[in-house]
Amino acid sequence: MAPNLSLFGRTKQLELQIDSFFDKVSEAAVVFRLGVRVYLKEGYTEEFVSRLDRVVELESEADVLRRDIEKHLYSNTLIPDSRGDVLGLIETVDQLLSEFEDTLWAFSIEKPSIPEELGSGYRKLTNMVIKSVDELALSGRAFFRSPHDVPAYNHKVILYEKEADKICLNLKTAIFDSSLELSLKIQLREFADRIDGIADLAEDVADRLAIYAIKRLT
Amino acid sequence: MLDPLVLIFLTSGLFLGWALGANDAGNVFGTAVGTKMVSWRTAAIICSIFVVLGAIVSGAGTSQTLGKLGAISALPGAFMTALSAAFAVYAMTKFGVPVSTSQAIVGAIIGWNFFSNSPTDMSTLTKVLSTWIICPLLSGVIAIFLYQIMKFSAKRVRIHMIRADAYKRVALIVAGALGAYSLGANNIANVVGVFIPAQPLPPFQVGGIILSSTQQLFLLGGLSIALGVFTYSKRVMMTLGNDLGRLSATSALIAVISHSVVLFMFASVGLETWLAGLGLPTIPLVPVSSSQAVVGAIVGISILQGAAAIRWSVLAKIIFGWIITPVAACILCFIGLFFLQNVFGMVVV
Repeated sequence: MAPNLSLFGRTKQLELQIDSFFDKVSEAAVVFRLGVRVYLKEGYTEEFVSRLDRVVELESEADVLRRDIEKHLYSNTLIPDSRGDVLGLIETVDQLLSEFEDTLWAFSIEKPSIPEELGSGYRKLTNMVIKSVDELALSGRAFFRSPHDVPAYNHKVILYEKEADKICLNLKTAIFDSSLELSLKIQLREFADRIDGIADLAEDVADRLAIYAIKRLT
Repeated sequence: MLDPLVLIFLTSGLFLGWALGANDAGNVFGTAVGTKMVSWRTAAIICSIFVVLGAIVSGAGTSQTLGKLGAISALPGAFMTALSAAFAVYAMTKFGVPVSTSQAIVGAIIGWNFFSNSPTDMSTLTKVLSTWIICPLLSGVIAIFLYQIMKFSAKRVRIHMIRADAYKRVALIVAGALGAYSLGANNIANVVGVFIPAQPLPPFQVGGIILSSTQQLFLLGGLSIALGVFTYSKRVMMTLGNDLGRLSATSALIAVISHSVVLFMFASVGLETWLAGLGLPTIPLVPVSSSQAVVGAIVGISILQGAAAIRWSVLAKIIFGWIITPVAACILCFIGLFFLQNVFGMVVV
């Protein structure tokens, strides 16, 4: 019976690792949102740095988990039907964490001066982007336990991504309608695009997930 | 004292057992190994143990049916019957086509009947032939039924994909073990059934147990099947697992369960007695084709998934094998008996 017990032992461990990976994604999204809010309200402060540090930590913890999950899947030939899909999912979701990290690093390095009247636009955009990532994390979890629920979550990811695009468009219009220096306008536009790009990536992952879920259900 | 010639004559049956192991282990574990859910080594070990157990414990029922089809009382005749069936199966296995040992031995027995001018028991032959059609159909129906149950449960039971994978692996091993047991019970008649009427082996004592000639034949036959599993089954396993249709782990499990249930139904004396006790019609104890059972199951699943999932050219190759096998075994047996009698001067009838 020993081989079976060890099989279930490995299974339990892998389940926990996958759940933990998605926990890191959800947590990173929350911390990212707080980091952007702090920057918009108070600028480059110690609190912002602590948020950035936490996102960096979460990203590297998620990397370790990703490598462990991939190693387990392949060395123990688990889920031979779907391991390629799981690998693709974990790797693309991991890119979201990298985007959170890179965006906060960009705030930290460039320290853009965001006028107060544009702050609410960035806040709204960040909130909408985080909503899409939250739904994606739920969709990713559902893929492992109840693939039938994936389309419902994906629908919300796409909905929030579209809203984020609209907010981003309005924000960029407001930026270029303002009397700011052109160089600052371009810099602020890039930040808006960068944040909006996270929702675009979430949508790409959702599209992949939709196919993976269909494959699991047939 | 055992005549060494008896052992030489038995080699054809053991050769057939080896060919059966090489070919039919693929039916039991092919889908599991082909989908990489179970390693070939694990499959081979479990298959061998349970085939031998099935042959010894439950092999008697189907052997009687073959005896009715053609009671070959002379050992050289039994030798050539088994040898020609074995050659037919070996040739098909060599081409990677999953064939039926049952069909090969039935073809060979009819070849012996032709040669010896013995009448073929038409009621038994009809019973056997009908199972060639009923077996894959029944297996396909069971597979469709199981597939729908699995699909229904999958929507309602939320098990993590990784845990479900572990459950499927254990289920594949358990179903494979049952399949191997049923294969041993159902198909041992194909391997040594023709030797039973001749009673070639003297009783043999192991510890406090005395093994009769029939029991020794079952044991030897079971071991020869196990040898075939270990030495030559890998290729057929890959054909069934990968070539016929792309199978998921769930489909692999359903195929093995359907195959095992059908083989068990056609081999179980206990089930026959139970049905008779309830006044229900009994299922004939006939050596059925495990190849047909598993192909029937895979086709059943593929139909549910859309016929596009079936590779028709591979299926046609398999069906061609089913037709050519009994015909080839029959002709080979007739020619072989002629040589054995007229060239070597043996008594074959």
